Amino acid sequence: MAAIHERRFVSADPEKCVGCAVCEYACSMKKENVFNPLKSRIRVVRIHPLINISLTCRLCEDPPCVAACPRDALTQSEENGIILVDEDKCNGCGWCIEACDYGAITLHPDKKVVFVCDLCDGDPECVKWCPEEALDFVTSDVLAQKARITAVKRLFVEALKTVPYV
Amino acid sequence: MVVGGSIVYGYAGRILHVDLTTGKVHTEPLSEELARKYIGGIGLGIRLLLEHCPQGVDPFSPENPLILTTGPLSGTMAPTGGNGHAFVAKSPQSYGVGEAKSHGHFGTELKRAGYDAVIIKGKAEKPVYLWIDDDSVQILDAKHLWGKSPAETEDAIREELGDYYIRVASIGPAGEKLVRIAAIINDKTRAAGRTGMGAVMGSKNLKAIAVRGTKDVQVADLEGFQEFVKMMHERMKGPATRKYRTLGTPLNVLVHNALHVMPVRNYNNAHFEAAEKVSGEELNRRFVAKIIGCNSCAMRCEHICVVPEGPYKGTVTRMEYEPLWALGPYCGIDRLDAIIKAMDLCNYYGMDSISAGVIVAFAMDCYENGILTKEDFGGIEANFGNHEALVQLIDKMGRREGIGDILAEGVKRAAEKIGKGSEKLAQHIKGVEVTGYDLRALKTCALGFAVSFRGADHNRHGSYGFDIKGKFDRLKYEKGRAKFVKDMEDQYTIIDSLIVCKFGRGTYYEGFEDFAKLYTLTTGIQVTAEEMRLTGERINNIARLFNVREGLGRKDDHLPWKVMNHPIPDEGPSKGAYVSKEELDMMLDDYYEVRGWTREGIPTLEKLRELGLEEFADIVKAKIGQGA
Repeated sequence: MAAIHERRFVSADPEKCVGCAVCEYACSMKKENVFNPLKSRIRVVRIHPLINISLTCRLCEDPPCVAACPRDALTQSEENGIILVDEDKCNGCGWCIEACDYGAITLHPDKKVVFVCDLCDGDPECVKWCPEEALDFVTSDVLAQKARITAVKRLFVEALKTVPYV
Repeated sequence: MVVGGSIVYGYAGRILHVDLTTGKVHTEPLSEELARKYIGGIGLGIRLLLEHCPQGVDPFSPENPLILTTGPLSGTMAPTGGNGHAFVAKSPQSYGVGEAKSHGHFGTELKRAGYDAVIIKGKAEKPVYLWIDDDSVQILDAKHLWGKSPAETEDAIREELGDYYIRVASIGPAGEKLVRIAAIINDKTRAAGRTGMGAVMGSKNLKAIAVRGTKDVQVADLEGFQEFVKMMHERMKGPATRKYRTLGTPLNVLVHNALHVMPVRNYNNAHFEAAEKVSGEELNRRFVAKIIGCNSCAMRCEHICVVPEGPYKGTVTRMEYEPLWALGPYCGIDRLDAIIKAMDLCNYYGMDSISAGVIVAFAMDCYENGILTKEDFGGIEANFGNHEALVQLIDKMGRREGIGDILAEGVKRAAEKIGKGSEKLAQHIKGVEVTGYDLRALKTCALGFAVSFRGADHNRHGSYGFDIKGKFDRLKYEKGRAKFVKDMEDQYTIIDSLIVCKFGRGTYYEGFEDFAKLYTLTTGIQVTAEEMRLTGERINNIARLFNVREGLGRKDDHLPWKVMNHPIPDEGPSKGAYVSKEELDMMLDDYYEVRGWTREGIPTLEKLRELGLEEFADIVKAKIGQGA
């Protein structure tokens, strides 16, 4: 279990993300030497001017994409949790795309096989470029800690006014 | 760089032609010569306008082309450069060059679809929209979209074509009804606002342009480009963009007000007693819910406001200084919630919010002077400061209802129709309404406004900076300043041709050197800083050539009536300021000399040779032959 909790993935803070799509550019530049969001492993969604977020692979425990693949083309790395695609086995059927709750795995427009975030060998390019520092390379534990701290701060708004250094 | 006959880096290498009368479309390659000489954006757009717009046509004639361009940076990661697009046509306001840029996500999509420019000619028989899906271009029925706002149109098109990532630029009811200040709006809150481009689009029965692009955009030197972008990202975190990242342009309210250079109540005053209530500080404190960014931007500026309570509760819109000023202090309005509502209505109808506010203020001035009555307004008491009147008049203008039908013509033409001395209240230059800088007390800026090729505008030169920052005595014009205005103009045309955002202009520390470097890294076309400067000058000259060809000249490089006849009355740092006829003449003489133009403001043959514009010599020969 511990190994799962150590897995880090890229997560966007909805409070900070402004929908600029710099992450998409950084990803396709790093991975494919071109600018094209269709070749990015992270995608930005703006549903309303106030609702912006970038989404990429969450390295799910027991990932539904792997389970959905009828050709055993997908496996999850035991080392860092990324989804490995066997491009010889994948035929682009799209079952994994349908299975993913986050739209994180998609069909590559040229190769016609699926592709997904591989964390850039542990140093994600998108995180480095995000001008808003909205992207974090974190474990689910750290995300939970942050959420707890935010929740507690909201509960103690009055007290916080008297202890400005928290 | 050219490979296999087409440009491959930065540019898409193609121009799309659409004829709405015949329904035919075709593409042609973009030549490297055109790219190098005119860059893209408004530069390329104005050059294409000279070629494709016959002399003397009515702006609403099917022969007036609506030209949509991207820049060489569109679709790349260049900060703020990835997202721009421009519309160019003969303006139904100035009858000269019309041009307006917008940012957001539309331009980047058009580049990925594979086009540097789209030239739309003719007129469709019935309402249509253009659907550009990479190489497939279709003209589709838009009957069901007619009457919808740009935001509704965008949603409807995405829904019916079934692709969330489609980007749409469209007109609202105002463009359909040929309201002369109509805008073309993309991404819901981003407007190509000025000079009536939306009305030209409406005259073609063209409701919207929907785009989906899936192609790669490549740059010539990826490593060098990446380094440059990294440097720009760092600069964008610094002081050059702080204003835009924090309070935003509404910060200007208190700055302008303190100097008494904010036109108030249709130029009756230059100072607003209630400025604190409509300040950028107040806007941010009470209404700004989130600041979002355009595609590829590393600083983000778009202040999204939400009205939390009161009669305008639930209104959501973007806000900047110019609309805030025009719909607020310029109409004597001291309520931010009403200003936000009025802005939202401008987006709903698809109108330039600056011009809309200036027109309402003109109408209010007419009312206060007894030129227009309550009956003329259909029962509205249109005093300055009446926020309900503001909202109602914008509604009427957007629908061309009642008095709105006259106001929809813009202040110049409205005054011609109303008569009774109202032309003295019509604050415009070349038929385009003024913006939020009091030209009586900002005299370097006044020159910039007078000679701007698209009419009254701060964004063709930015020369208010010299006055407001105290580089020059803002109350007195001195010979020699035209050089500074010219240099700014030449930079601004490059900014609008590469299409980078003006909010980021301060991050190009080395000016033309930085522009040239970014251009070369992106396109592989080697350009020096000096060539880039010359290109900026060339673009200003072709814009002037178009205006000269259409009959505009020195007489049109004028200032609004009140700027020259109504000295600032307010006690304070600008009291008594105005621009005299002698002063304006001195400004123009100074400027034409620096530009290498004749006393009548016609580019000389020598100047055309210097800039490689010999092909347009006939335009000036005809005029100079007449003694200009």
